[in-house]
Amino acid sequence: MPSDQDRILARAAREVVSGQIVNLGIGLPTRLFHYLPTEMEVLIHSENGVLGCQPLAPGSEADLEMIDSGGAYIGTRPGASVFDSALSFAMIRRSRVDITFMGAFEVDQLGNLANWKIPGKFSPGIGGAMELAQKVDRLVVLCSHNDKHGNPKILRQCRLPLTAPRCVSRIITDKAVMEVTDAGLEVIDIAEGLEVAALRAATEAELIIDEQRLGRF
Amino acid sequence: MTLLNQKLTAIETAIATIPDGASIMVGGFGSPGTPFALLDELLAQGQRRLTLIKNDANEPDIGIGRLIRAGRVERLITSHIGLNRIAIEEMNQGRLAVEMHPQGLLAEKIRCAGAGHYGFLTDIGLGTEIAGKRREIECDGQTWAIEPAIRADVALVHADLADAYGNLVYRGTAINFNPLMAMAADRTIAQAFKVQAPGSLVPEAIHTPCAFINQVVQVATASSEQGRSVHAV
Repeated sequence: MPSDQDRILARAAREVVSGQIVNLGIGLPTRLFHYLPTEMEVLIHSENGVLGCQPLAPGSEADLEMIDSGGAYIGTRPGASVFDSALSFAMIRRSRVDITFMGAFEVDQLGNLANWKIPGKFSPGIGGAMELAQKVDRLVVLCSHNDKHGNPKILRQCRLPLTAPRCVSRIITDKAVMEVTDAGLEVIDIAEGLEVAALRAATEAELIIDEQRLGRF
Repeated sequence: MTLLNQKLTAIETAIATIPDGASIMVGGFGSPGTPFALLDELLAQGQRRLTLIKNDANEPDIGIGRLIRAGRVERLITSHIGLNRIAIEEMNQGRLAVEMHPQGLLAEKIRCAGAGHYGFLTDIGLGTEIAGKRREIECDGQTWAIEPAIRADVALVHADLADAYGNLVYRGTAINFNPLMAMAADRTIAQAFKVQAPGSLVPEAIHTPCAFINQVVQVATASSEQGRSVHAV
């Protein structure tokens, strides 16, 4: 039985199209690389200034001047480039990054995202998340459907400070795959073995569900 | 102005030009590109009440983390300090003033000062909590936030390779903020692993031309400190 995180990542890998430029956020999204087919030709962008990075091959020696934005030592693939921070964010603001994957504290049915600050508890600074969220055309949120106390993270309206308003395209959790549409949050896939009623009970947001067309993952 | 043939400097002499209360840009994203040797000399010389401008706060025991720990830093202009629990604690206790900017805006504000502009207009952050803190104007029927440039008295940068005139070549992801900061301060001190004779660098491969550099300090190649920053992801 795969873990919840494995299932989220395996499903998320299906969102990537060969030829894309892809940014992977810190935490769970960083691991997505390992779920992409090896023959897939994509360039991974890391906002500290590299396009075409990849995890270090096991056993290979780290280059101390090559890290990704999460601080892990990295290698590069053919066609890679390195550049300064202003250029890296120009690439983001000009929407040259095709798709980005990020974690979330909260995400809502309008596509608002909160993933950087919990006032009074956690405020390390926003880093590169605001510009990625606002300017990358397709933002896919990868997160657990509920927090560790069981509270819903998929809300009617975010309560925490926003990373960016109306920026999320799709949400992939351990329970469902949801697309943000003009009509609301549409469930595309539901987790294997989960009842629709149980999904609704675990979610604060209103969900649009067409049981005839619902996929499983 | 520093004459071309007088830039190669001993580290003590270069850092001794920095007074108490100076504003200092520090290159680096995490460890790569951080001018560790220059920062350690700054710690040893004892300058106080500093304003530092750096993408992050390093980690507690290295780079600017050591200056923060020693109480030398009054104010930090940054983007993310999540890897330095001491800096977060100092901020929460009110002992360290921290000004946070989204990372790309911080880079662009520095780039802008280096290009000799007052600032720029952007739509980044409209509709978020940073929006109310900035002046906004209407232009061509759209709302824009005014982002003033950020300059500094001194920039400390790290290059892989330099020549004695101060032409610089950076390497890998150690580029990050270094070429931007090298242009945005009144005086720029560069450390480099290798310093060569003028004429030995390929002109097209130079990232920062020597016109922006006041002093060059040769430092030992990659210390173990620079390799310490491995984080689980």
